[in-house]
Amino acid sequence: MSTDNRLEGGLVDRSSSVRFSFDGASYTGFKGDTLASALLANGVRLMGRSFKYHRPRGPLTAGPEEPNALVELRGKNRREPNTRATTVELFDGLEADSQNRWPSLKFDALAINDLMPSLFAAGFYYKTFMWPKAFWEKLYEPLIRRAAGLGSLSGEPDPDVYDKGFLHCDMLVIGSGPAGLAAALAGGRAGARVILAEEDFIVGGRLNAESFSVDDKPGHEWARSVFDELSSMANVRILTRTAVIGAFDHGVYGALERLTDHLATAEPGKPRQVLWRIYAKRTVLCAGATERPIAFPNNDRPGIMLSGAIRSYVNRFATTPGKKVAIFTNNDDGLRTVTDLKAKGVEIAAVIDTRTDGPSIDNVTHFQGARVVDTKGRYGLQEITVEQANGKTCRIDCLALGVSGGWNPNVHLTCHQRGRPVWDESLAAFLPHGVPEGMQVAGAANGELSTAAAFATGARTAGEALEDLGFKATGGKLPQSEDDPVNISPFWYVEGKGRAWVDLQNDVTVKDIKLAHQEGYRSVEHLKRYTTLGMATDQGKTANITGLAVMAEATGKSIPETGTTIFRPPYSPVAIGAFAGRHRDMSFRPVRKTPSHKWAEEQGAVFVEAGQWLRAQWYPQSGETHWRESVDREVLATRKSVGICDVTTLGKIDIQGADATRFVNAVYCNAFAKLPVNKVRYGLMLREDGMVMDDGTTARLAEDHYVMTTTTANAGPVFRHLEFCRQCLWPELDVQLISTTEAWAQFAVAGPNSRGLLRKIVDRDFDLSNDAFPFMGCAEVTVCGGLRARLFRISFSGELAYEIAVPTRYGDALVRALMKAGEEFDVTPYGTEALGVMRIEKGHVTGNELNGTITALNLGMERMVSSKKDSIGTVLSRREGMNHGDALKLVGLRPVDASQAFAAGSHFMKRGDEASAANDQGYMTSVCFSPNLGHAIGLGFLKDGANRIGEVVRAVNPLQKQETEVEVVSPHFIDPEGERLRG
Amino acid sequence: MAEYQLEPINALGLSETVDAEIGLVRIVENNANSLASIAIRLGNEKKFSSSARKLLGFALPGPGESASSKTYSAFWSAPNQWFVEASEKSHADIAHILKEELAEMASVTEQTGGWCRFDIEGKTVTSMLERLCMLDMAGMKAGAANRSVIEHIGVFLLCRREHEAISVYGPRSMADSLHHALIAAAKSIA
Repeated sequence: MSTDNRLEGGLVDRSSSVRFSFDGASYTGFKGDTLASALLANGVRLMGRSFKYHRPRGPLTAGPEEPNALVELRGKNRREPNTRATTVELFDGLEADSQNRWPSLKFDALAINDLMPSLFAAGFYYKTFMWPKAFWEKLYEPLIRRAAGLGSLSGEPDPDVYDKGFLHCDMLVIGSGPAGLAAALAGGRAGARVILAEEDFIVGGRLNAESFSVDDKPGHEWARSVFDELSSMANVRILTRTAVIGAFDHGVYGALERLTDHLATAEPGKPRQVLWRIYAKRTVLCAGATERPIAFPNNDRPGIMLSGAIRSYVNRFATTPGKKVAIFTNNDDGLRTVTDLKAKGVEIAAVIDTRTDGPSIDNVTHFQGARVVDTKGRYGLQEITVEQANGKTCRIDCLALGVSGGWNPNVHLTCHQRGRPVWDESLAAFLPHGVPEGMQVAGAANGELSTAAAFATGARTAGEALEDLGFKATGGKLPQSEDDPVNISPFWYVEGKGRAWVDLQNDVTVKDIKLAHQEGYRSVEHLKRYTTLGMATDQGKTANITGLAVMAEATGKSIPETGTTIFRPPYSPVAIGAFAGRHRDMSFRPVRKTPSHKWAEEQGAVFVEAGQWLRAQWYPQSGETHWRESVDREVLATRKSVGICDVTTLGKIDIQGADATRFVNAVYCNAFAKLPVNKVRYGLMLREDGMVMDDGTTARLAEDHYVMTTTTANAGPVFRHLEFCRQCLWPELDVQLISTTEAWAQFAVAGPNSRGLLRKIVDRDFDLSNDAFPFMGCAEVTVCGGLRARLFRISFSGELAYEIAVPTRYGDALVRALMKAGEEFDVTPYGTEALGVMRIEKGHVTGNELNGTITALNLGMERMVSSKKDSIGTVLSRREGMNHGDALKLVGLRPVDASQAFAAGSHFMKRGDEASAANDQGYMTSVCFSPNLGHAIGLGFLKDGANRIGEVVRAVNPLQKQETEVEVVSPHFIDPEGERLRG
Repeated sequence: MAEYQLEPINALGLSETVDAEIGLVRIVENNANSLASIAIRLGNEKKFSSSARKLLGFALPGPGESASSKTYSAFWSAPNQWFVEASEKSHADIAHILKEELAEMASVTEQTGGWCRFDIEGKTVTSMLERLCMLDMAGMKAGAANRSVIEHIGVFLLCRREHEAISVYGPRSMADSLHHALIAAAKSIA
């Protein structure tokens, strides 16, 4: 193991040795290292393979903008691909693997792609691999997909836990470099609630990477002292390891906090990450700037990296990427690296400055007006070729090359609300413009590239924000630091023979961009999609501006005229698990349980999801091997004696007020004005457009008090509709509404022995006889010795039936009492399947029929739409088009051959007609097997159906290639006269 | 004595109260209260206010607030609508008790069975609820009562003591899901 590249100093903790592995080989680093810095310290420059050509790659950066050094971490089902080695905090036992290579990083068979670049030029998949045509889908595309790409997922469920959270503050400060620390300090001292979010694991930003001092102490020490002061303030919350990933509406920001990724062993069950939603009254964006490379032939070899990144490795991580380093720059900032390297004793191979008028450096081979035109080194840089100002070329041995093409302010978050940055000629960079409301930008993110300017603008911007919020900023002396200009002379790429890489993550070259232009992709958005420039995990943080510059040159336009693509959230990659949070598997959404749920579980009920509700679908008994056996038994037993079903899920809306009757009468299309107290009526509710919205029964408990029931699915929408009517249509009515769906446990007790059973439950002073409590009666009663209850004599099954309701907490006890009391009648609990069978047998409609396209006429209920009053939907239900002669009508269907089955959704065709849309006669809505009739039955809508009883049509199901002859019959298969339910 | 006796169960489906202490917070299911909604009938605002004050012992609170006396507490739930709490021991049939006093001035609806209530106490209650709810928990004052959402569940949050004690009301049918979310958040920050 080599630790040749470790230097003195730095911010790593040399007292904490950390062991880790990369591609199975063991290494040692220090606490405070990143994976990339520790590998570089161990002499490892090759960390990955490129996207298309599988070229050897090492880190380009020392931060989150990294395009190259992507690794897979956290093995097995925790495997996380495309993780930036430059941001991974080193911990004991960390295991990392390289990706997108086979069989090994050093010998990658797919590097053969690099020998055939013409096959993989920009948009190659539109141009090559076209013949033979049939090979594309079966052979070429799968092969290309397999060969290209980055890391791969495990394909298994993520075993980690992720939280979401919500934070509020007066001022959010994004980034903790000099500007961010100055802003947070101003906010904290003024007493504002401040959140300081920092993506790195220590605060300070570039103060940790540079060698200059602040107030006569090292920059990182000053940052540490500010951190200590901020930490002591109760009104300041510092979130390190937290990347702000998006700026959303109304001052809302998304931020991902990494809680356990840096720990060797996380406490089981603790969240790995938290996705915060931060509500900020004001935001100061201090996101800094990202250095950009210069493109030149073969500029992608491991060892070639950004000049500022080398300073980070040298100053913060005490690591040099090589013993002999060259610098290629177009600005003064790049020259700083030379000074810092020399201070650490690293040999400078040469300095290549594209400018002819830049400052000269003593005791170093310094080429001014020169450029790097080629490089060599199979798995890492060994040599560069420099073309001097006089046109002569020379070769220089070096193991690393620092490149600086200038700095791009990190404007990404300013663009998330469609802000369009503007070009600044003096900086040769885009600056924020049209930032989200409540956001202000300070420091390098706003083009203030010196440390002194960052301090000044950070403090000033925060002060303005605080004043806006009514806080008094305390001011105070600004820290003293360097204030040197960058002195940039724009230089984007070097013309030459080899490929000059612009986007290293997507293997996009200068030539690719020019080719795209040549082929007509002039819009920058088209360029992006055609070449993939700026896509994938780094979103082109180091590539976009250079790409634009190349495009601008090709089009003959300026860079601002060429434009920039839109930055969208997330700013940096976020695990899907963090977006999902706790909403996965059984916690995907909340579950609603009925009052009898626990009892039903004890009975072994099979449950079905009905919206959020879990309802008992059927109750299997021993010996039953098929659901139909259970359902048939439940239906037969209920019709024979008595059955019980939990119907709590039906919506219940409490309607009170002096004008409650007028209100109910106006929202239902049928008459309700004269419904007596203690009576229930079936109500049909129309939408404004005359189509049926919902149906249900409404009980009048008092002169000014109704309880309306809705279908389970429409409980919410109907309540919303009623509130709209109350608040917006008829605010003059004295009506109060509130949902009581949850407040009452309600059970259907159905079957010829239902009265006998209820007589044992309902207290004796209430007369349940048919005369005293007839069909469609309702009453407030007491049960089991005085518990208040509501009793309704209504029937969905078509049998003599009741619904009984008690306060919800007594629902469990009531179902147990009903079952106990019903033993003498062989009482049977029944689930939603049996409920469905019985309502189809009776011809009652439900959600299957009330599908939003159906009118009262279609249901055969046109006479219910009262002509003696106005109600919602009445007028539009009379539209001619909805009332023509052959309108769909609800009918019953039974198979001509009783052994045949058919499916809901089948369409009706006349005998002899071709099965086509033109010949469509209607469709089947509900189907079941009727154990009472011994064959399948169905409900459906048939053109002019009421006049076609007895006709035989075909039920055609082209999806399942099924066709059955069915006879059109009355929808009332059981007790069409209604004698049972009135008995 | 009736042949069948009905014993209530709590919202989590058990006979006994669920009480969990996790880290520095304690989450207790509270089944001791009755609950009813009251809504002013049109044109009765003035009369109602004075009657309600006399009955409850306090003026009904404004939006985002709660108020309480020895017997009753109430929180604002919608324009001209409040939820009133009282001990179930003394006010099992709270809706009838309130209706008798408020008569035609208000519409009263029993809500006891419609809701579950969890009382959360402890030093880290704010940190815990930050993981669940979009309200500004750190800025919530004693007496604040707000409607919000926890893991897609509509809830009321009542601040009993600043940064220390919060009651959460949620739909009774979702008691398991709500309790699960509370416990998970408490474990997260424990």
